[in-house]
Parts: sequence; C-alpha cells; structure tokens
Amino acid sequence: MNVMNPDISAPEADTTTPLTARDFTSDQEVRWCPGCGDYAILKAVRATLAEVGRRPEDVVFVSGIGCAARFPYYLASYGFHTIHGRAPAVATGVKMANPDLDVWVVGGDGDFLSIGGNHLMHALRRNVDLNLLMPNNAVYGLTKGQYSPASATGMRSPSSPGGSVEAPVNAAMLALGAGARFVARSADTLQDHLPGVLKAAHANRGTSFVEILQNCVVFNDGAFDAVKDKATGAERTIRLEHGKPLVFGAEGDKGIHVDWATGTARVVPVGQGGAVYDVTVHDQTNLALATILARMEGPDLPVALGVIYHAPGASFTDLREDDPTRTMDRAGLSRLLSAGKTWTVS
Amino acid sequence: MLDQPFASDLPAAGTAAAVVRFAGDSGDGIQTLGSEFTKSSALTGHGFMTFPDFPAEIRAPAGTTFGVSAFQIQIGGDAVKTHGDTVDVLVALNPAALKTNLPSLRPGGLLLIDTDAFNKRGLEKAGYETNPLEDGSLDDVRVEAVEISRLTREAALADGRAEAGVTKKDADKARNFWALGLVYWMFEQDRSATATWLGTKFGKRPEIAAANVAALDAGHTYGDVTDMAPPTRLRALAAAQPKPGTYETLTGIDGIVLGLTAASALSGLRLHYCSYPITPASAILHGLAKLEGEGVATFQAEDEIAAATAAIGASFAGGLGVTGTSGPGMALKAEALGLAAAAELPLIVVDVQRAGPSTGMPTKVEQADLNMALKGRHGEAPLPVFAAAGPGDSFDTVLQAARVATKFMTPVIVLSDAYTANAAEPWRLPDVDAMADIAINRDIDPEGFHPFRRDEDSLARAWAVPGMTGLAHRLGGIERAAGSGHISYDPDNHQEMTDLRAAKLDRIRDFLPAAKIETGDDAGRVLVVGWGSTRGVLKTTVEELNAEGHAVGHLHLRSLSPLPRGLEEAFGLFDHVVVAELNSGQLLDELRARFPHIPFRGLNKVTGQPFTVAEIDAALREHL
Repeated sequence: MNVMNPDISAPEADTTTPLTARDFTSDQEVRWCPGCGDYAILKAVRATLAEVGRRPEDVVFVSGIGCAARFPYYLASYGFHTIHGRAPAVATGVKMANPDLDVWVVGGDGDFLSIGGNHLMHALRRNVDLNLLMPNNAVYGLTKGQYSPASATGMRSPSSPGGSVEAPVNAAMLALGAGARFVARSADTLQDHLPGVLKAAHANRGTSFVEILQNCVVFNDGAFDAVKDKATGAERTIRLEHGKPLVFGAEGDKGIHVDWATGTARVVPVGQGGAVYDVTVHDQTNLALATILARMEGPDLPVALGVIYHAPGASFTDLREDDPTRTMDRAGLSRLLSAGKTWTVS
Repeated sequence: MLDQPFASDLPAAGTAAAVVRFAGDSGDGIQTLGSEFTKSSALTGHGFMTFPDFPAEIRAPAGTTFGVSAFQIQIGGDAVKTHGDTVDVLVALNPAALKTNLPSLRPGGLLLIDTDAFNKRGLEKAGYETNPLEDGSLDDVRVEAVEISRLTREAALADGRAEAGVTKKDADKARNFWALGLVYWMFEQDRSATATWLGTKFGKRPEIAAANVAALDAGHTYGDVTDMAPPTRLRALAAAQPKPGTYETLTGIDGIVLGLTAASALSGLRLHYCSYPITPASAILHGLAKLEGEGVATFQAEDEIAAATAAIGASFAGGLGVTGTSGPGMALKAEALGLAAAAELPLIVVDVQRAGPSTGMPTKVEQADLNMALKGRHGEAPLPVFAAAGPGDSFDTVLQAARVATKFMTPVIVLSDAYTANAAEPWRLPDVDAMADIAINRDIDPEGFHPFRRDEDSLARAWAVPGMTGLAHRLGGIERAAGSGHISYDPDNHQEMTDLRAAKLDRIRDFLPAAKIETGDDAGRVLVVGWGSTRGVLKTTVEELNAEGHAVGHLHLRSLSPLPRGLEEAFGLFDHVVVAELNSGQLLDELRARFPHIPFRGLNKVTGQPFTVAEIDAALREHL
C-alpha cells in the first residue's frame, strides 16, 4: 500500500503468497494480430512482474498510442492508455504524485521516437524512475503500415511508395545522447534473454530504456529475422554481459575488439593462438564503449543485445527536495496567507 | 502652462480618488516604484487597483519608446474598482515615457518630469523633433519640470556616501526613488515602508540602501520646501472604510497561487502544478515553486503538452493535478484536455489570456480565448469554464474549480488574463478555519468495483488511485463502456457516454450559484453582462449611472460553461442587454445561440488595453 490518503476501506494486500504471471493477467481479451511480437513481449513482462514481486496494485503501466500501447489493458495492474507520444510525461506525473509506485511505460518506435521524441529525451535526462519499454517494429502498424523513424532507408510503404529517403533513428544512440543511465536491447521472441533484461531495467532506480526488436507480422514481417533466428542469430548478434569478453557466434569463436583510437569495433577470431587483437571486455559503465556497441549492425558487425549501458545515478524524485508525502494543511495555509505584508482594519 | 485648481471636476473631497501613473525606461525600476506606492497606499488605508503596463521586451534599447514601462494606480475609497481612465499625476522619467504616456494625462493633470533626461540625445531617441518642454505641446497640463537626476545625485552622494563607495552611476539609479518621494509628499503618504524595503533589498550594500533612502527623502523634502502648491484634492483623498479584518495586496497571480494552495489544504490532496514557461502565466509557476518544501510540488515540463499530461498523470495517481499557461500554450494542451475529459479525471487548467493570435502581444490583455476554452477540443468534450473577475476573485475561482473538478471528476478551465494577473487590489484574508473542506471520497468498496460506476447525483465516477488494493483498473482514451470502463466500440454505448459527459455539465449547473444582478437595478433599461477582468470597470460605470438615477444593472458571469441558472429571467428584466468583452463578441455569439429571442448588443474592444469607464459609459448611454 502506497497511498497518500489514509481513509481507504479496501482490504490489505496479501503479501505472503508468491505472485505468478496470472496475477498480472487482466480479464481483457488480447487484440493483437495473430503472430504479433507483442504477445511474446507481454508474456515476458508478466513473468518479470511476477518475479520482481511488486503487488499488482503498486504497479502502473502507462502507454501512448499504437499497437504496443494497448499493453495496459492486458495487465491486471493499474493502467493508463493515454495519448500519442505523451506517455513518458504522464508517467512522470504519476511518479511525482506517488514515487513508491512501480511505473512502466510502453510505446512503439512511432510513439517514442517520433511524436513523443521530446518527452523521451526529457524523461531520460531527468532520470525519472520509469521503465521505458520500446517495442521497435520499424513501422507504423496501427495506422496501416507507413514507414516509421526507425524504418530502414529505402523502405516502401503506403506513404513512401518510392522508398523512404530518410535515415533511421538508432534508438539506443538517441537514448545515450539524451543522458540515459540505463540502455538495453533485446527482442520479442528471445524468451531466454528478454526477461533478464526487463529485470535489470526494473532494478535500476532511474529511467531504464529498453529497445525490444519486435516483429510486425502484417506490415514489416521478418524485419528482424536475421537477428532473432536461431540459425543466424548467433552470428548476427552479440549478447552483452558486464565484465565478460565480447564474444559471439554459434561456436563462440568470434569476438569484438574495440580500437579506442578510432572509436570503432571489428570482429576478431577467438580461441586461436597468437591472435593479433584482444577481445574487449564489456564494461556497462563505460559510455564510450556503449556508444560503439549501440551503433553496431550488420552485415559487418553483430547487433548488441543486453545491457549496453548502466551508470546508476540518483533519480528525479529522489533529487527533489520536497517530501513527496507532504501536503499543505490548514495551518500551513494560514501561515502562508499572513506571510505577506499585511495590515489590519479594526 | 495652466495653474488651474487641480481637480474641480471630480467628486467632492471624501469620495475622491486619484490616478497616478509612473513611466520610464524598462530599466528604470518603474514596476518597483509602482509596487512600493501600492504598498504605502494600502498601509495608508486606501482602496486601490493597479495596472502594470510593460513591454514584452526584457530590456529594449534604453530611451526608446518601445522600451517604456509604466505602472498606473487609482487610489481612494472602497469604491475604487479600476485603475482609472485618465491620469491625474504622470511621472515621466524620460522623453520616451512622456511621448507614449502623455495621452493618458487628463487636461490640467500634473506632469512630473526629469529635465536632466530631456537632453538632445534623449529627445532624439524618443523621436521628438522639438523639445516638448519648449514647443507648447504641454500647455494644457501642469508641468513640474525638475532636475531630478542632479538633485538625486547631490542627495545620494552626500554625507560621506560617495566616500563609502556610492558611485555616480549608483546615484543615477536612485532617481526613481526621488520621484517616488515627491509623489509620497503629494499624497501625504508615509515613506517608511519603502525605506525599510530598500534596507532589505540592498542589505549587503548598506551604503546603496542609504543612497536610495536619501533620494527618497530628498524628493519628499523638495515638496515641502519649494513653492510647488500641492493639489489640495490629493491631500483629501477618501480613506477606504473596509470591513474589519487583515488585508494584503493581492495580484491575480497571487490569487491563483494562494487559491490553488488553499485547494490543496482543504482537500488533503498534494498540489502538483505542471507548467512550461510562458508570459504571463509563468508567474504562477514562480509563486508556487517558492512553496516547494511546504507540501506543494511544481514541475517545469519540457513543453506545454508535457505540462498538461504530467498534471493528468499526477491526478491519476491521486494528486491535485494543475497546469497553467497562456493562449498559445492552451492550444497545445487541447488533446490532453480531451484525454482528461474522457478519463474523467480532476484537473485544473489555468489560461492567463493574452492578446493573440500566435505570439500576438504577450503582455497585453485580451479575452479572446473564450471560444477555445468552450469548444477547442476534438470530439464532444464539454468542460466547465470559469473566469476570474479580479485579483481577489482569482482565489475564489480556482478554489471553486478545485471543488468542481474533484466533486464531478472533470477537468475545469479557469480563465484569467494579462490584466487581472498583474493588477493588484486590497484583499481581506479569508478565515481559514471557516472554509469548507473539499471532500474526497476514497471510501470505495472493492466488491464489484468498476472505474466508471457513477454517483447518481453528481454523475462522477469513483476516484480509485494506484496503490489501493482491490481497485486496480485501466483508464484510457478509447471509449469506455458505461459502468465497467472496458474498451467499447458499441454505437449505443458511445451515445450514452456522450450524453453522460454532457449531463455532467447540467449537474454542475445545479451545483453552481444562480445568476444574479450584482450591481444596480434588478430591472430596468440596460443590463451590461461581462465576464473576467472587466468586472471592476463595469461595476464602476453602473454605479455611476445608478447615482445619476439611471436604471442600469450589471451581471458578471463567473461560469461560462455551464451558464448559470436564472440567466434568461435576468435578461428578461431589462429592455437592452449589452455584452461587454475584450474580444470581437465570443460570449455574445454564445448567448445569441442560447437565447435567440433576446436582442443582445456587443460592446467589444481588441486593443490589448482594458476598457475605460468612459467607453462603457458611452455605450450604455446609447440605450438610456
């Protein structure tokens, strides 16, 4: 119970029984397209919520507009489906009003990177204690398939029949540039990976930004297959682990060597005697390394998955001077009213 | 130059009021002079209304006409409700100030100028081809041309202050206080409050404080020792005879700041004021930010939309979410207001209107956001719209807005404007103990709980907030099934919800006080209807016409949506109904649509300046 107002008749929460994913499942029918990557993300989110163990009444999901923004309806927590792009701002208000709540924000690439880009940037630099989940399907799904700010150059869509001429946003780089202190990346169907990333995001006290590569089965099907496919994924992605060498490949035979002089990464062979280059060790607190890892993409470099950057720092609500549970009362009001230059007429 | 008796055309001593206007460069501390004179007038026991009139530019090039800042105040008895149409005493600290403010000085009025500023350069900057002191253009006013700069310098640097570090530049900056000292002398006002304030203001440099006080004293002494005949009327100003109580000087901004704080104290809801800097609404953010640490939270958002949506988030989580802005920002908040209306969350939105469209004239008054407040949303999202009728009324209005927002679970728009925001009047402190609680019902039974189950009387839904066990629910902008709140695209449900949103306004109408004629006859020849900051000027005009025996009434709308009960009956009691507003007829259109059989006339002005009594008077006399 984290309510400011004491006069509540609702029963006390049962805090003894362990929570399951079912406890976070609402009675609403899920209405995404069959095969949508959001199903897998929802499953991972429910499992993570059960594992981290905050009571459903202390959890709030805020979303903007888009396919992914339907998330709150499907979770048995408090939820608020708001307006396009503004969810981080709404969530900031929620967190200010009650910093004890566990607040999650879900928005797609259109929501976070386009119409809501400004709010994303400011939530990140303020380090509001929010978990921002950005399913990135690189397309506008709910409005029927227009290219998004994350779409690849050349993408043909109803609004770019000749192919988009725009360069895509690299969400992780954008987040790092805005001052994010927690930046991670995973993918919808990587159920052996995504829950761990979500858990780490939840554990960070500040804004956690998680880009989740997500398949849109209708408008951008297969966009991330190469990254997610079991056969190719091992070669096309690298799973980051703090303090461990940057090694990838089905056989673990490849590594990433960072040339600090040029700020570039290259793939180097691992496990063969007399290697010319050392394999770089992942340090998630190193911003320079994070910007190199965040930029990696095919065909020459693997896409980085996992926690790219994590530099814990005081959160927005921690830094605010005021006691968040304090409310002006009549005595305070009386003092305030007489605090100015007054005169009395008798 | 005339040497006529000062104000023979005004009412007899005992009821008289006088209008003083200070004008100078933006850097001359004119607004400081104004607030000091206001404070001393209050302490002397006068009623007053002030009008700071300043440019949007922070520091326009010195000496230019567009850099002139002015402050006008009318002081007198209780009847003072406006800042005055025409000026009795004009203080012009440079030629540009004279050029832009002389038209406001009435014939025979007193003009105090600093001759030292009327040099070749100053005259050129102001665009004067000839010196107005010599070319006869001031013949119909009484000119007191004084070497204020030189006299200030002599006073400020005397008694060892130059040796103590006071420079000529410091001394020149004190000339505004010399002028204030002389004006204090004219009105027999005590200058000790200003001297005390100077001591605090320059606490770290007592020699500067002393220099300014010396200038203040020197100006006062000048009145005593010269043969400058004081206008007798000024010394016979009526003292106010207000109700017993403790008073303070209140601006419209102060009223909003204190009103919102009071709403928090009376409801037990923590105030979350979320705003983005914009003129003139920023002052609310400044006022409330000072109260951080005393149970008030402020949030300077990244833009107007974030300000509105963060406030909505705060309300969703159980706080009192408030956002404030001025015209252009209001346009940006429109979508968020639709969400708050759909989600049925309490929210207060303050719009301190300014002259538009677009950037318009950011420091000037206009009442042209009414249409936007009433209708500026997509879909049908009727909301309560209240208007503050003056500085003190701003307190009552935001408090009322908080009551309605929480009782009926709805956003409420509060309209203020650039005039009311900055104007000041004496305000009797309310008795905090006697103020009614704003009851928040958090006694919600989880058994069968649905977020859109309604109270039958108010039609408000229950306000369950995150953290409350057994009441977890989802809200959203997608249409909600009546009762359960689940997503619904059902045609009949949308009709029902649309009707419910409209019906809430009817319940609010029942809750609000009925319309009443607040000044003048309850029936008669002409009724003038106004809203917002025009109250003072309408009331004053109607009182004057009543004193002449004319059957004229004044009705002032506090709620523009819903319109109060009893309006039609009130209109029917008069032969003519004149709707006065600082726009091209927005309330007029609204009333014509609601009451098509009543022949309303519009009295409209869109100059960025408030109405004058003379303008209202002339318009009403057409129908007498």
